Amino acid sequence: MPAVSKGDGMRGLAVFISDIRNCKSKEAEIKRINKELANIRSKFKGDKALDGYSKKKYVCKLLFIFLLGHDIDFGHMEAVNLLSSNKYTEKQIGYLFISVLVNSNSELIRLINNAIKNDLASRNPTFMCLALHCIANVGSREMAEAFAGEIPRILVAGDTMDSVKQSAALCLLRLYKTSPDLVLMGEWTSRVVHLLNDQHMGVVTAAISLITCLSQKNPDEFKTCVSLAVSRLSRIVSSASTDLQDYTYYFVPAPWLSCKLLRLLQCYPPPEDGAVKGRLVECLETILNKAQEPPKSKKVQHSNAKNAILFEAISLIIHYDSEPNLLVRACNQLGQFLQHRETNLRYLALESMCTLASSEFSHEAVKTHIETVINALKTERDVSVRQRAADLLYAMCDRSNAKQIVAEMLSYLENADYSIREEMVLKVAILAEKYAVDYSWYVDTILNLIRIAGDYVSEEVWYRVIQIVINRDDVQGYAAKTVFEALQAPACHENMVKVGGYILGEFGNLIAGDPRSSPLIQFNLLHSKFHLCSVPTRALLLSAYIKFINLFPETKPTIQEVLRSDSQIRNSDVELQQRAVEYLKLSSIASTDVLATVLEEMPPFPERESSILAKLKKKKGPGAVSVSELEDGKREGGELNGGGERGSDPSAIAASNASTPSPSADLLGLRSAAPIGSAAPSAGSLLVDVFSEAGPAAPSSGANDDNFLSSAPSSSSLGSEDPAPPLPESDELLNKFVCKNNGVLFENQLLQIGIKSEYRQNLGRMYLFYGNKTSVQFTKPVEPLVEGGAQVQQVINIECLTDFSEAPLLNIKFRYGGALQNITLKLPVTINKFFQPTEMASQDFFQRWKQLSLPQQEAQKIFKANNAMDTEVLKAKLLGLGSALLENVDPNPENFVCAGVIQTKAQQVGCLLRLEPNAQAQMYRLTLRSSKDSVSKRLCELLAEQF
Amino acid sequence: MMRFMLLFSRQGKLRLQKWYTATAERDKKKMVRELMQVVLARKPKMCSFLEWRDLKIIYKRYASLYFCCAVEEQDNELITLEIIHRFVELLDKYFGSVCELDIIFNFEKAYFILDEFLMGGEIQDTSKKSVLKAIEQADLLQEEDESPRSVLEEMGLA
Repeated sequence: MPAVSKGDGMRGLAVFISDIRNCKSKEAEIKRINKELANIRSKFKGDKALDGYSKKKYVCKLLFIFLLGHDIDFGHMEAVNLLSSNKYTEKQIGYLFISVLVNSNSELIRLINNAIKNDLASRNPTFMCLALHCIANVGSREMAEAFAGEIPRILVAGDTMDSVKQSAALCLLRLYKTSPDLVLMGEWTSRVVHLLNDQHMGVVTAAISLITCLSQKNPDEFKTCVSLAVSRLSRIVSSASTDLQDYTYYFVPAPWLSCKLLRLLQCYPPPEDGAVKGRLVECLETILNKAQEPPKSKKVQHSNAKNAILFEAISLIIHYDSEPNLLVRACNQLGQFLQHRETNLRYLALESMCTLASSEFSHEAVKTHIETVINALKTERDVSVRQRAADLLYAMCDRSNAKQIVAEMLSYLENADYSIREEMVLKVAILAEKYAVDYSWYVDTILNLIRIAGDYVSEEVWYRVIQIVINRDDVQGYAAKTVFEALQAPACHENMVKVGGYILGEFGNLIAGDPRSSPLIQFNLLHSKFHLCSVPTRALLLSAYIKFINLFPETKPTIQEVLRSDSQIRNSDVELQQRAVEYLKLSSIASTDVLATVLEEMPPFPERESSILAKLKKKKGPGAVSVSELEDGKREGGELNGGGERGSDPSAIAASNASTPSPSADLLGLRSAAPIGSAAPSAGSLLVDVFSEAGPAAPSSGANDDNFLSSAPSSSSLGSEDPAPPLPESDELLNKFVCKNNGVLFENQLLQIGIKSEYRQNLGRMYLFYGNKTSVQFTKPVEPLVEGGAQVQQVINIECLTDFSEAPLLNIKFRYGGALQNITLKLPVTINKFFQPTEMASQDFFQRWKQLSLPQQEAQKIFKANNAMDTEVLKAKLLGLGSALLENVDPNPENFVCAGVIQTKAQQVGCLLRLEPNAQAQMYRLTLRSSKDSVSKRLCELLAEQF
Repeated sequence: MMRFMLLFSRQGKLRLQKWYTATAERDKKKMVRELMQVVLARKPKMCSFLEWRDLKIIYKRYASLYFCCAVEEQDNELITLEIIHRFVELLDKYFGSVCELDIIFNFEKAYFILDEFLMGGEIQDTSKKSVLKAIEQADLLQEEDESPRSVLEEMGLA
């Protein structure tokens, strides 16, 4: 029944499409289109009123032109006119045009909404469906505003036709996804759940998508759906293949609905009711059993539909992670698929097994398939399947099979696809570290990695191997020997040179006893690579050379000669030149003792999470790698992780205990970040000592601000005196800065401290200005000296990791005329500094206000006014707070409401504020609501002091 | 949920596009171009699924046409493959052994059929009968609507 014969009147359209198809070139096509556009434009503008048919035809032509990829800037009005036609096909074309080409022209939206409203009210099911489709297709906020109230009514009304119900359910789903705040839960919600029981399979199929989405967002309100879903599923699973008539697909009863039901159940934990749970387990067993039955049809559609249900059932089993029997059966089933002739099934089995590998019940069962998976990695012809195999190997790796898996992955890397090499490298590096039993294996693995895929080895990987070697003295000699051997290769990767340079510079002495790797040979080997390397690597090598001078005095003349050569000392790169000059000078004038101190071996790095893991997480997006992974590895592996990082990479800290005057004395000098918390005073430190963590004098600082300041400037601990306890007035001083960012923090006869600060999201920068008010120098132990009348400046970078209530402390010590001054202040960093203002309309505000109705989410204070209740002053203060001051929201114009989001690294906390002044009583009532109780409480405390 | 569905020919001509989330025209064009390149480069026996950006792509070739769907992380690949097949069946039933030309010349009908089948990126009804009934009803309405027109009228000369 070809449609062409069915009342298809738009011959003009067919002619036009043929013309376009006959165009020999792009230019001809454009010409033909322009001609048509001109024609349509003149028709639309012409004096003669067009009949509905012509309008429909032209609108359809415009649509075709648009779908060819050309812009259309007219015809919208004509399309809107078609909406109000009472001829079905004209209306239909009008709606299609609007769906495809809608723009946010508000005038037009009003007209469209009007037409939709009429059609929804028409009680003509076909017209209603058209209107609902249009809303779902456009899904704009304006439409949600206009119809979010009406559609639930249509959905649950007793007299609504089934087809309209189906459209209404999905239309509502779209609006809920785009504007969840506008779709209000209500009496209809319980009736929606009962659509799972509807007689009409089509209605259930459509409604379940809506129910699933609503359940994800409001699990408690919808939890009755669990038992309904189980009984529906059970009926489908146990039905004969013909029972469901048209809803049976290639002998599989209702596969789409079955998948959706299984997906819905994944929004919830296993059912608590024993009977329901029993019934569900029975269903899952039946599904697993059916997979073993001979197929009822040879068609791929049959097996696809059947297996779609099977995979969804396995997902549910994994989600529950509580039925060992089912988990193992699932694993065996997937094991069969691993060798299936259908590529699709092999792909899905690998993917699904990846999640099974993380369950304690099935981890061992997954491991039995290792040979098959390795084989897949080697032989699959499709890169996306190989990628899955690599993922699964990574997931199933543990101490028992790490060596085998790492070896296989390394050999795969030799000819792996470019698109997945970097990820593979990270994975190999992580596995090697996580499951290293002996560190020589670890070092071998990483060096192999650099040899095979040097280009894909990121900084994190080679930093990490250095960190580990430095922290583990049992592997240092082996590492030195191995890099020395690796560097013998005529062409070795630059990353190898970096690792080699660093390690020989630190531990070359451990292999210098062997005449084959004497100091001079080591040096010559490194230097033979020098000219092929980039500037950062050369800089690193220069540092290695100066370390050599310390380790092996006999190399001094040779190295000095190299440093003295024009290509170094007059290098056009300023960094290289500076290093050459400084190292040359250092080696000529410093005594052996000084040299030995300056160039001492690197201190161990503090333990930290592997930066590689962090990188992989970033690459895969949050949640892809579980945070506990590395810890798991540690637990299993016993004491094996000697690595860690300080700052962000070893290069930043290399010379932390060297009191050298050279700013580039750090071994690598790639970053200028200053060392954090190093024990010795470092050059360039200022007047103050900023305690990034609660010091002994501040026991009040709780867990909250332990890690609040993640980056502090270079600190110097001045003598052994403890920092003083915070001044009594420090809280008051802090309060002055809640609503402002700049000003004078502290002042006495000697010293004035000014502050300028700026904040963005969860980051901040604070400038501290220390002014010496006296006419004499402030002296030691402070470097530099602060001359009388002079001012020095210090910059602090701040990152808010999580919410906090105690401010960080600032401890200042200096000598004034021989007396030690010791002052501790609170640094004016308060949680509200990380506010991002949020503008919202009255309706939204109160909706959100209601959502935050748990008692602990609210903090309230009623207090007396300390200052005059001047509206403008209040406004200025509230603006200074950082949140958005919302006008026309509170019905009482005297009240103030604000909204904002506190940005911390860990999370974002939405906050709403309401301040109700009572001029007569000279009182305020302040209410804070936020998604985190500690935030509400702290903000309330801070603000209550402001008015 | 499904984010979008594309139909394109082996020569890389886009025949149908349906987007279920608001996307800027410029981004659409870029995504279509990129995705067509990826899919057309794949060999026949390769698997029908691939990861692309943060989406799962499920595609299948029918004669000269590629049907290509983008779904979200938690969606089921195999059932999406059968969504494609059911859509092809619907087109086939309606047009009578459908070919690329039918979809070119009756693109609006292809859209109507798709709309009856999927809405907002989710399945509205899987029954072939229900979907086609809706379309046929519409066609009946169309027949009633339209009085026969003369050729002259059609050419705009009457």
